[in-house]
Amino acid sequence: MAEQRVGRVVKVAGPVVVAEGMSGARMYDVVRVGKINLIGEIVELRGDTASIQVYEETTGIGPGEPVLDTEAPLSVELGPGLIESIYDGIQRPLDELVSAEGEFMSRGSDMPGLNREKKWHFKPTVGDGTQVGPGDIIGEVEETTLMVHKIMIPPGVRGTIRSISEGDYTVEETVAVCAGEDGTETTLTLMQRWPVRNARPIARRLAPENILVSGQRVIDTFFPISKGGTACVPGPFGTGKTVVQHQLAKWVDADVVVYVGCGERGNEMTDVLTEFPELKDPRSGEPLMRRSVLIANTSNMPVAAREASVYTGITIAEYFRDMGYTVALMADSTSRWAEAMREISTRLEEMPAEEGYPAYLSARIAAFYERAGRVKCSGNPQREGGLSVIGAVSPPGGDLSDSVVQATLHVVKVFWSLKGELAYQRHFPAIDWLTSYSFYTQYLQRMFDDKEQGDAMERMRKEAMGLLEQESELREIVRLVGAEALSPRDRLALETARALREDYLHQNAFHEVDTYTSMAKQYEMLQTVLHFHHQALEAIEAGVETAEIFKLAVREDIARAKYIPQDQIDKIGQIRSRIEEQMKQLQGTVAAK
Amino acid sequence: MLSVKEYQTVSSIQGPLMMVEMIDEAKYGHIVDIELPDGSIRHGQILQVENDRVLFQVFEGTSGIDVKRSTVRFLAKPLELGVSPDILGRVFSGLGVPKDDGPAIIPDKRLDINGQPINPYARDYPNEFIQTGISTVDGLNPLVRGQKLPIFSGSGLPHDDLAAQLARQATVLGKGEEFAVVFAAMGITFEAAQFFIDDLHNTGAIERAVMFVNLANDPAIERIATPRFALTAAEYLAFERGMHVLVILNDMTNYCEALREISAARKEVPGRRGYPGYLYTDLATVYERAGRIKGNKGSITMVPVLTMPEDDKTHPVPDLTGYITEGQVILSRSLGRQGVSPPVDVLPSLSRLKDKGIGKEKTREDHADLYNQLYAAYARGKEMQELATIMGEAALSDEDRKYMEFANKFEARYIGQDYYENRTVFQTLDLGWELLSMFENAELKRIDVKLIEKYMPRFREKA
Repeated sequence: MAEQRVGRVVKVAGPVVVAEGMSGARMYDVVRVGKINLIGEIVELRGDTASIQVYEETTGIGPGEPVLDTEAPLSVELGPGLIESIYDGIQRPLDELVSAEGEFMSRGSDMPGLNREKKWHFKPTVGDGTQVGPGDIIGEVEETTLMVHKIMIPPGVRGTIRSISEGDYTVEETVAVCAGEDGTETTLTLMQRWPVRNARPIARRLAPENILVSGQRVIDTFFPISKGGTACVPGPFGTGKTVVQHQLAKWVDADVVVYVGCGERGNEMTDVLTEFPELKDPRSGEPLMRRSVLIANTSNMPVAAREASVYTGITIAEYFRDMGYTVALMADSTSRWAEAMREISTRLEEMPAEEGYPAYLSARIAAFYERAGRVKCSGNPQREGGLSVIGAVSPPGGDLSDSVVQATLHVVKVFWSLKGELAYQRHFPAIDWLTSYSFYTQYLQRMFDDKEQGDAMERMRKEAMGLLEQESELREIVRLVGAEALSPRDRLALETARALREDYLHQNAFHEVDTYTSMAKQYEMLQTVLHFHHQALEAIEAGVETAEIFKLAVREDIARAKYIPQDQIDKIGQIRSRIEEQMKQLQGTVAAK
Repeated sequence: MLSVKEYQTVSSIQGPLMMVEMIDEAKYGHIVDIELPDGSIRHGQILQVENDRVLFQVFEGTSGIDVKRSTVRFLAKPLELGVSPDILGRVFSGLGVPKDDGPAIIPDKRLDINGQPINPYARDYPNEFIQTGISTVDGLNPLVRGQKLPIFSGSGLPHDDLAAQLARQATVLGKGEEFAVVFAAMGITFEAAQFFIDDLHNTGAIERAVMFVNLANDPAIERIATPRFALTAAEYLAFERGMHVLVILNDMTNYCEALREISAARKEVPGRRGYPGYLYTDLATVYERAGRIKGNKGSITMVPVLTMPEDDKTHPVPDLTGYITEGQVILSRSLGRQGVSPPVDVLPSLSRLKDKGIGKEKTREDHADLYNQLYAAYARGKEMQELATIMGEAALSDEDRKYMEFANKFEARYIGQDYYENRTVFQTLDLGWELLSMFENAELKRIDVKLIEKYMPRFREKA
């Protein structure tokens, strides 16, 4: 190998360092800066001077210090050991850093993303002599009780498998050799590397097909996201973006969840870290941590590493998608990522576009979300994978005209708009049903095995949404002329809309039952609220006073239906019978008069 | 020790910034001493080094400095605070120099005031309830150890009284542990600072307090360093001496303005309202120093105070603060005008960490349901108050009027509280039940039926 290129620092300004003597260096090469070996990445080249964004605090660095070119782009290590890990923005394991260097982050530390000592049991799924190409699965490792890690041929490798054998291996040990047609031999290990800024290859993209069920009623029923879909959650502070993200990370029916805490609070990451090992996956009963990868680059950690953290996260997510899994990535918050871009851009003295953000902001955001999707994976056996991306956006002052929100809305297909007023009323999730949207509602019907049920769900969804829209109009009227002016039917519409809001859309993330609602329970609950509405309409036609209807005891049962555990959901059906009984009684008394 | 080189090669002075040329060796972030011809010394911090040119900010301001006769010394170290247990009970300037009449501090060690980020994996989740004796905090926005809960206020609102009450009354239920208060004043008036000092004296708390004081007429640039000195002292007391430290930063708006001044002087591309684009990151390096560490006894709980220009919550300073801190307590001018004190605007106030700090064995099992119900009822009552002002009370239905009445009572009795009234959390919870007893059980949808049956009868009898 050629002698390593060593440049020299000439300028330091915050996270950007300029070095000269770097001729031959490539854009986005990783470099080590200064005597204390800070990690950085080349972001601009002019002649033989390179501008470098440094992933660590640059205090104490000065002109004259060395800059070493590693001649490789920023890459992540992909292999067994990813699951249950917690990394910083450039894939350094935070748990191991604590044991090695203490509770506070020190600088210049070098720690590989995957543990080098741990042995994994590898079971081949192909034999010697098999012809393989990129993406082909050659074996499996049981990484956790929830995750069978498929070992794949890295992109660009093709040939015949030799000396593959079952056994216990570390991530660096050779598990097989791939002999190419031209006689080259590639050793295959459990681990491969991939540069984070490039999307991993796939066979082809597919149209969305299924809903990613989250157990959150307002999301699943009204604004669902598909497997392979994209969504954004913008909202002012205090409206529960993070709780929505956490809820999704906990309950979505994905095989793998990658959670990127990008420039957010340290205590929130601790919350995830303490909760995930304890929470049980509703389908398998196993701790949720066994399907999760966490990336935590909190707001006080270096800003350049924050810029890289979303790429680190999505590359890991793509890797699991390539195995044929459904993956969900949560990025909280993409605004902090955009701000990191802005800060680097300012230090590079680039010409700013809106609000000081670089002109390439929207292109970067679009490219990031485009890495999501349902795909046919490359390689054999044939398989499909999906990667859904859900990004939180934190617009200044909650203003949706913010550049990051606008650039995001251009590309995402689901918009969950969080509203301050709802949060102040403690209506959570504070997703505004009037302004949010989803392009995936058409797939909701398919979530039910029974076609009739699916159609019914679709009808109920439309009716409920209609009532909620009607409510906002009626409230205007009430504001102007008072509730007295409303017809009984309108008054009922207002009450049903209130029931929809309080008894259906409102969901308590901290209640052990209410935190997750299955699709079947959502169906039952919605049917019950609307059944009351229909029965009440009939009663009104029969001359019953609305005040009498609103006093019915069964309304409290409807309100508490959300707390009925999943294994007793037939009790919700009983509420509907009680509605009928009590309405009949009312009508009876009117008829008697 | 290395000999310190002196330079007389100042090339330009601009606002709070100076440029020196022909420097042999300088490092980013390190500090410099500037000696004026009259022998006085000022302090600076390097913002940029480029070849042999160095740009730095002068904390005390540049007035009176000249280009030709000033001497600059490079100290080859970052800004540091000398710490020892003796810092308790002392008052320092905004740059960490003793300001009271006490002796010089003989430091056990010197700490870089920028600190280092806590590894998120090493953090311990804040879940120990702190009783502040203030109903709107304890009952509705509980504070826990290791949390950062700012007070968003406006000019002329009593945030100082509220912050002082917090410092005076904060205790953890049933525990007698070592407790300390670190107070950083940034650009506040002499009167406001003296109010705190006197209050701490009167309660005897001054013995366990450390103060860093930068007054309104002190150099503005110094304010950038003040909260970092305070937090370095707090980290030392918390994580090395095992104390529970409450840090009050007053007023963060002044801090941000100083930051804006530097940014403008450097001709950086401004973000919103002229504040630098990195304001969020900068504030995070201050606020995120609160917290707890696994296996460590101590903790840092932070209450930053900031005044919102024009009471505008979307102004960059409160906005970015709200995105970093774990909730906020907002003061309302209209409540203040109605004579409610402290005028805590309950609806937009929030404590994000409340759920883990309350409930059975921490406060009481009914706490969570109770605050949910109080919020819901008050939100509805507040809406009715507004409707009544538009259309008159007569337009409200009986039910609506009841909610309005509730809101009025709630403001007078629950929110309203004397600054020297220390309510236990149980008194606060009972007060909540008492106020809710004007509703039928069926109306209390947010409370578990079992809890209503257990707690409510007592209050119904009373009524």
